[in-house]
Amino acid sequence: MDGNIITSILFATVVAGTPLIIVALGELVVEKSGVLNLGAEGMMSVGAIAAFAVTLHSGNLWLGVGAGMLAGVAMALLFAFVALTLLGNQVATGLALSILGVGLAAFIGKPYESEVLQAVPPIRIPFLADIPVIGEALWNQQSLVYFSWILFWAVLWFLFRSRAGLVLRAVGESPSSAHAIGYPVIRIRYLATLFGGAMAGLGGAFLSVFYTPLWVEGMVAGRGWIAVALVVFATWRPLRVLLGAYLFGGVMVSQLFIQGSGLDINMPSQFLSSLPYWATIIVLVMISRNRNLVRLNAPVSLGQPFKPES
Amino acid sequence: MNDAPTARLELRGITKTYPSVVANDRVSLKVMPGEIHAVLGENGAGKSTLMKVIYGVTHPGAGEILWEGERVRIRNPAHARALGIGMVFQHFSLFETLTVVENVALALELSGDLGLLARQIEQVSEKYGLPVDPRRRVHALSVGERQRVEIIRCLLQKPKLLIMDEPTSVLTPGAVQKLFETLRQLAAEGCSILYISHKLDEIQQLCHVATVLRDGRVTGECVPANETPESMARLMIGKALPVPELRPHSPGAPRLQVAGLSRDSDDPFGVELQDIHLDVRAGEIVGIAGVSGNGQKELLLALSGEEPLAERYPIRIDGVEAGRMGPRARRRLGLGFVPEERLGRGAVPSLSLAFNGLLTAHGQGLLRHGLIRFAAMRAFARRCIERFDVRCGGAEAAARSLSGGNLQKFIMGREILQSPGVLIVAQPTWGVDVGAAAFIRQQLIDLAASGTAILVISEELEELFEICDRLMVIAGGRLSPSRRVSETSIEEIGLWMSGLWPGADGQATVERADAAS
Repeated sequence: MDGNIITSILFATVVAGTPLIIVALGELVVEKSGVLNLGAEGMMSVGAIAAFAVTLHSGNLWLGVGAGMLAGVAMALLFAFVALTLLGNQVATGLALSILGVGLAAFIGKPYESEVLQAVPPIRIPFLADIPVIGEALWNQQSLVYFSWILFWAVLWFLFRSRAGLVLRAVGESPSSAHAIGYPVIRIRYLATLFGGAMAGLGGAFLSVFYTPLWVEGMVAGRGWIAVALVVFATWRPLRVLLGAYLFGGVMVSQLFIQGSGLDINMPSQFLSSLPYWATIIVLVMISRNRNLVRLNAPVSLGQPFKPES
Repeated sequence: MNDAPTARLELRGITKTYPSVVANDRVSLKVMPGEIHAVLGENGAGKSTLMKVIYGVTHPGAGEILWEGERVRIRNPAHARALGIGMVFQHFSLFETLTVVENVALALELSGDLGLLARQIEQVSEKYGLPVDPRRRVHALSVGERQRVEIIRCLLQKPKLLIMDEPTSVLTPGAVQKLFETLRQLAAEGCSILYISHKLDEIQQLCHVATVLRDGRVTGECVPANETPESMARLMIGKALPVPELRPHSPGAPRLQVAGLSRDSDDPFGVELQDIHLDVRAGEIVGIAGVSGNGQKELLLALSGEEPLAERYPIRIDGVEAGRMGPRARRRLGLGFVPEERLGRGAVPSLSLAFNGLLTAHGQGLLRHGLIRFAAMRAFARRCIERFDVRCGGAEAAARSLSGGNLQKFIMGREILQSPGVLIVAQPTWGVDVGAAAFIRQQLIDLAASGTAILVISEELEELFEICDRLMVIAGGRLSPSRRVSETSIEEIGLWMSGLWPGADGQATVERADAAS
């Protein structure tokens, strides 16, 4: 009985953390290239509704997931054009993208309000899933949960082991030096931004197709913002992003269990619902106070427009 | 055709125009294989633009480039490197948070094993006497080491032409000689070198041929060995080098006293100040030499009050303990301060000169009941502009519209007009052309003669020897004892810049000496 509760909390935590991991790792790659895209919330929202609508009409959830990613890429392209080609202010552009995306998703989603998709069955990994307590929680999961772990290793490897990742970090630190050596700074930043868009779209798709397979306006509920905050407070390091995302998921799930347990606690439910946001930010602020870590890991040129000298 | 050997690089009539200025006007020059060719000129003469054209960073509006006898259009730096052109930048193009080997890997278009590359780096560094550890992160390296990384990075590409942009501005005199040996060795192997500088003595020592630029035009070509510094200076600035006029004076009572100033840096790339002692007397100019990044920035922050100390006693201005005071309180005690960065700290780029004057000179009757007296403010700025010969569009011109030298004259003027009791100046003539630099030095000498105590922190040894009464050296956050200028030499101070002064702490000494060698 006790083991079951732990298993279900762990299971739910992993699921709740997954969209954050996917979106935040995408954003981390974007920021490492020196681009600050605050539009994650908007890209997620549009990705969520695109994935939901396509899945509903086609009946094929992978078509839907693809549509969600494409929608995220399209939003990111809009951002990249304004911020990288027209050299618009990245903060303002990102904020506008968030507002636009949330509104656009609500508009497109009007006809789908309260529609429901079929739940996607989890994929059970033989043997691993038989481990007591954690097996069922970790190895009987949605495909995208496994994907988020692969993505984590892939991002780690890309950024710190591959040559392309080295170039990306170099562009983020000093675009003018990278340009002087002869790297196509703008193109690299475009690619990173589009990758971030695809991941945000995927995160949105996970919410609307896998996590809660139905459409409700505003269902992204600030997760895009948390993802952006995670990247900064995790001092741009993938492992901390992963842990921060699960922290958020854990508190989120725990407070739901408390609300659902019928325990008589004298507290407004809104306060409990806000707990995961509080907890994540407070913990991350506390661990990101080390200035050395921030200076060694922060992309120096973050948010600064770059115009190659002709 | 003729039998003359083909030039490695030939420029014909290169012209590059920017919206407001012609940076290069029909520049032609020829570099032979194995030749060390100087490009001599003042700041703003168009040297850097010319190098950017050769390296493909920017494209000329007119003219042609011949590489080993063939016309080429150099599209971008990658193309330049493919041709065999390497460049060592004046402001390093290294990535601070990456390691040496990662930095090198970025510049070489080869993928693969960083371990192998690290060994190649070690080989090259041994062959050319450029010691550097490939596994260290760049931010932990001294400026001299960073330059070595840049040079090694170029050498690994086996260049046929190496461009060096003001390479010695960050080196100790000893390190300069080491660099020259490396360059001579390279030239002997057939590599051509384009050596950009405004330092006449270095060019005489090192270069086979010199092309002199002034206002974007070639004003002469010469063999430096056959010239005198005076004759080259005339080509470079159009007139003889001005010599400062020293005034006899005897120092009075100490006005700035620093005793036992120590402080940790909370910047991970910063330097810890250790037990700094110094005195500057009325009428005296004291210089602090040193390679940048050895604690100058931290010392300036502590002296100006931008980062006040925890205790009062280590800093005294005219006898008043000022350690815990902020910049405003210290200014009220008669401290004047000219920071190294003109735009951003010395002046607000977007504000007019009048407002920039007000920023520190508000105590000169420019305020009444906390409100600005606009007429007085403009009059102050005009007085400053007139007396210090600031070339600008008047008191309403924005600070950023001025050239570096003119803005520096304005900032110096603003402080000098307030007749400070103590004046602290960082890099008084950095990036300032020779004429304006001479003027600024003369102003400092005159100010000292009127009883002000002046502390100058500079990386230009010649400048310090020219104007100072006493010299000290900062290395690794420690300050050397002081020497009268008449009783020391550039060689001795150069040695001290590596941390090797009598009684210096052994451990720091070894590390610094290694960094500078």
